[in-house]
Amino acid sequence: MNRSAILRDIAPVIRDHLVVCNIGLPSQELHMIDDQPTNFYMLGTMGLASSIGLGLALSQPKQVIAIDGDGSVLTNLGTLPTIANNVADNYILLIIDNGSYGSTGDQPTYAGKKTSLTAVARACGCETVVEVAAKDTAQALTDALASKRMTVIVAKCDSGNIKVPVITKDPVVIRDRFMTAVRS
Amino acid sequence: MSISEQIVSDLVANDIAFVTTVPCKQLGGVIDAVEAHPDIMHVPANKEDEGMGLCAGAWMGGKRPMIVMQNTAIGVTINTLVTLTQFYRMPLPMLISYRGELKEPVACQAEMAVHTKALLAQLNIPTYHFHKQADADELDAILKYTFMCNKPVAILTDATFWGGC
Repeated sequence: MNRSAILRDIAPVIRDHLVVCNIGLPSQELHMIDDQPTNFYMLGTMGLASSIGLGLALSQPKQVIAIDGDGSVLTNLGTLPTIANNVADNYILLIIDNGSYGSTGDQPTYAGKKTSLTAVARACGCETVVEVAAKDTAQALTDALASKRMTVIVAKCDSGNIKVPVITKDPVVIRDRFMTAVRS
Repeated sequence: MSISEQIVSDLVANDIAFVTTVPCKQLGGVIDAVEAHPDIMHVPANKEDEGMGLCAGAWMGGKRPMIVMQNTAIGVTINTLVTLTQFYRMPLPMLISYRGELKEPVACQAEMAVHTKALLAQLNIPTYHFHKQADADELDAILKYTFMCNKPVAILTDATFWGGC
């Protein structure tokens, strides 16, 4: 089960929540599978989905799900201490960990080798960290939403990509549509 | 009122409610005043691009943000400023210590100082330079300008402004 299969599985769980989605193929796949005004697609800036999601969760009461990848979290590893030390119980960080930089040709990441992002998140002080197999991601997300506790989910899955078109929506349109959804 | 308290009072008067900081010695007073103010959520960041991500989320969530950082951070954050803040047209006041100017004791800081204004100009970022304490009287107008035009705006504050370093 690869990332796009996880996104298909979780689409019904996340569609009514605010979602900040990682750059590249994750955003393109989510956009193709279930485009929603509650989705903020990152078109650039690798690594900041978790930071944007945290800032959003700390600034308003609705539940926020940041969908990130192992490569992007490694790029912005400083995000995990910031998350741990600024607890927002309306925030869920879902790290889809396929052990590779999928958008750039599936080069291996260190998370697919010796480094456990689950252990890193715990060591950074994140209190609720769950690691799940790909097939259990939707259930883990459902549980995390119901718990109303800040949760980091690391979903281990296979690498590999599907063919998907780039997002051609204007960034200001994406952002304005998203902000309207945040306020509604 | 100290200059740091005056700055933070201008932030609050402009509804800035979310401030992220990466420390600099010159900005210590501002960071303390931000931390102490009950109307501001202070979220320290580990790196400035991370802080800009936090600010983007805060703004979309309805809180006006600001980042406090050193000018060396311009070198760190060019990609974020261009592909996040500017590409999505988000406002971001940046209160920046302008290290490497007159009265600077650390030679290495001068190396980034000579690039600071050139980089900001290249990025089409409106830039204001506080050299004397009276220059801070414009902060209120600069903040209003930032949230009017939805752009990142740089406020450079040098050692002379802070009364020597």
